Amino acid sequence: MARITFIQPDGTSQTVQATAGQTVMEAAKLENVAGIEAECGGACACATCHVYIADDWREKTGSPSEMEEDMLDFAFDVRAESRLCCQIKVTDDLDGLIVQVPAKQF
Amino acid sequence: MSMAQDQTPGQTIETDVVIIGAGPVGLFAVFELGLLDIKVHLVDILDKIGGQCAELYPEKPIYDIPGLPVVTGQELTDRLMEQIKPFDPTFHLNERVDEISKQDDGRFLLKTDVGTCFLTKVVVIGAGGGSFTPKRPPIEGIEAYEGTSVHYSVRRMEFFRDKDILIVGGGDSALDWTLSLQPLAKTLTLLHRRDDFRAAPHTVEKMRELVANGQMRLLIGQMRGLHGSDSQLEAVTVKTKEGEERFPVNTVLPFFGLTMKLGPISDWGLNLHENLIPVDTEKFETSEPRIFAIGDINAYPGKLKLILSGFHEAALMAQKAHSYIFPDKKLLFQYTTSSSSLQKKLGVR
Ligand SMILES: Cc1cc2nc3c(=O)[nH]c(=O)nc-3n(C[C@H](O)[C@H](O)[C@H](O)COP(=O)(O)OP(=O)(O)OC[C@H]3O[C@@H](n4cnc5c(N)ncnc54)[C@H](O)[C@@H]3O)c2cc1C
Ligand code: FES
Repeated sequence: MARITFIQPDGTSQTVQATAGQTVMEAAKLENVAGIEAECGGACACATCHVYIADDWREKTGSPSEMEEDMLDFAFDVRAESRLCCQIKVTDDLDGLIVQVPAKQF
Repeated sequence: MSMAQDQTPGQTIETDVVIIGAGPVGLFAVFELGLLDIKVHLVDILDKIGGQCAELYPEKPIYDIPGLPVVTGQELTDRLMEQIKPFDPTFHLNERVDEISKQDDGRFLLKTDVGTCFLTKVVVIGAGGGSFTPKRPPIEGIEAYEGTSVHYSVRRMEFFRDKDILIVGGGDSALDWTLSLQPLAKTLTLLHRRDDFRAAPHTVEKMRELVANGQMRLLIGQMRGLHGSDSQLEAVTVKTKEGEERFPVNTVLPFFGLTMKLGPISDWGLNLHENLIPVDTEKFETSEPRIFAIGDINAYPGKLKLILSGFHEAALMAQKAHSYIFPDKKLLFQYTTSSSSLQKKLGVR
């Protein structure tokens, strides 16, 4: 189990329970977290699950694969802390993860 | 397969069925209709055949197509094209169906955005999640410049002569248009968020050569703001590692891929429910008789947005369409395994 907190652009936040093996996107969708669209259902083919990972978590969540980097080209306001959250697998290590939702998913 | 290229815009094509959308479900509908001797034209706004499978995930494997343990999006499209070859459907690509109106004789008049007209007895909407449309960067006020200073595609190159152009993106479209427009442009800048491109290596190489020769500029960063007045763009602000930079341009071409938007379907007078078209589960007909909806675009209790559901829907739709197109002909249920007449149509006998 891992608790993941999603912070919205307006500062409000929502914490969801995720199970190991899910993706961060799936955990968000199951709890209807606003701003995570995930049009392609997690296939790394739409870039509408774009999030920012808080600095101190970036080592644990890892860095994007080449495929994910390519897809990030289709996201907006991409930063060093940008990830497509369908490509982050939940592990118990991620308990307490803080994820910032961007202002827009395009 | 026929490509409708040499046809003059404005001419009216008479046919049995027009399928709106050349995704996997529209393609299989050609097969089911073809077995019943029904001729088909397909229209798709994409420049390619295959809908989501070809546009969004050509190289990704699909595991739930019956009888094909694993097949990629593009392979499935190619297989379907092979399967429908005997029926020689006509494709109208790069065209969007904008209008449908009922005629006095019961047929429908369809109009596309480039002026092609169809008079058809039956309409099959296989529009998936709607028309593929270019993604619009969420920059404040961008709408005001669209069509004048901001363009998502190039229809006429000459329009871009002597312009100060900014192209945004790092894929094939961005690179291809960079190379094509550079000779015409007064100045050209390519903006991409990283110094790594997803495009064909030789186009990237050529672009780098132009940069080295001082014939264009490459900026690594992202677009931040647009400035101008009366829908005439005058400058853009770009954020790079070094900070924000504002420079004059009068034309921007953003290439951020495509997304599906319902589009003109909402204007066709059909019942809609949450951007989907409700149908019955016997014939997959809409609230308007002779207009069917199959695949991802339809809704009914228990609907699963899967390719295999769309295939089933196509088969049942074809039975009913047959009764509209050949009201006097009785339909005999037949297997392709044993029916010599079906095999003849398929060219295997
Ligand atoms: C990444 C990803 C993975 C998937 N994996 C699977 C899987 O494993 N198994 C599975 O069964 N399904 C899968 N799907 C879903 C599957 O792709 C869809 O169910 C399928 O493509 C639907 O086919 P369709 O023919 O109904 O519509 P689409 O494939 O959406 O095609 C519709 C076409 O209609 C065109 N169109 C719409 N409106 C107009 C108009 N007015 N004028 C002209 N053209 C128009 C569009 O441009 C589009 O090309 C996946 C989808 C995605 C995105
Ligand atoms: S859900 Fe589409 S890229 Fe993540």
